[in-house]
Amino acid sequence: MNDTLVFHFEVDGEDFTSAGQASVQIKKNLRQLGMSPEVIRRVSIAMYEGEINMVIHAGGGHATVTIEEGYIEIKLEDKGPGIKDIEMAMMEGYSTAPDNVRSLGFGAGMGLPNMKRYTDFMTIESEVGAGTTVTMRVNYA
Amino acid sequence: MKVNTLLSISTLQALHIADGEREITSCYIGDLLSWVMGRAKADSAWITIMSNVNVLAVATLADTSAVILAEGVMPDDEFIAIAKAKGVNLFVSSLPAYESAIALSELLS
Ligand SMILES: Nc1ncnc2c1ncn2[C@@H]1O[C@H](COP(=O)(O)OP(=O)(O)O)[C@@H](O)[C@H]1O
Ligand SMILES: [Mg+2]
Repeated sequence: MNDTLVFHFEVDGEDFTSAGQASVQIKKNLRQLGMSPEVIRRVSIAMYEGEINMVIHAGGGHATVTIEEGYIEIKLEDKGPGIKDIEMAMMEGYSTAPDNVRSLGFGAGMGLPNMKRYTDFMTIESEVGAGTTVTMRVNYA
Repeated sequence: MKVNTLLSISTLQALHIADGEREITSCYIGDLLSWVMGRAKADSAWITIMSNVNVLAVATLADTSAVILAEGVMPDDEFIAIAKAKGVNLFVSSLPAYESAIALSELLS
């Protein structure tokens, strides 16, 4: 692959039922590119968790997926409240999700840990009151 | 086993079969979506009592072979329509999750 492919998505912070549209679209794109089912699955889940976090915790945001030589990069940027203690947020089970979100099956505090598990590289940059940027990479052969 | 094999379980009702030839290789029971995405294997049958549309996004992204709504939980029309649009194999079980899994396990082994 010589050209770098870039996909952009606006993630709507209002709409819960359509949450995941960007991830579903990326899944289709990766399939068209002939990526392996395992790579597609890891990208899909990691991106969906990140998308959902922007909807639940940050009022929406922007997703950019870049297909580089050897890896897929997913960048999720929002202008939400930020994360005060990233180490704490990364712990399995830690969640500040409200009850209405929990009743839908979200808010198990497993999103960030899943994103870490399914990717080969992940960083979180966050400033309280300014926003959060999560960058993930999944390698492919 | 194949998704179509589930049709032989009398306590299961098919609401939509998108791909009856799809293989089911294991089973996962859970209602918390991040647990399902973190722990369910690809090609598993997913048994849950949740019936909001986010379940269908998770089923699609996590590559589960079928969604089985336990306890006779009947989803609304929107849910069924989205299952069709997304190509999700969808069943309702009249049994609780545990008994539903036992019925499945007899066919899996
Ligand atoms: N984009 C974000 N903006 C602000 N806070 C976030 C964001 N993503 C995650 N968090 C914080 O980190 C916590 C843990 O996230 P996660 O592991 O995905 O669990 P959950 O989403 O189920 O609460 C969240 O409850 C929230 O407090
Ligand atoms: Mg989350």
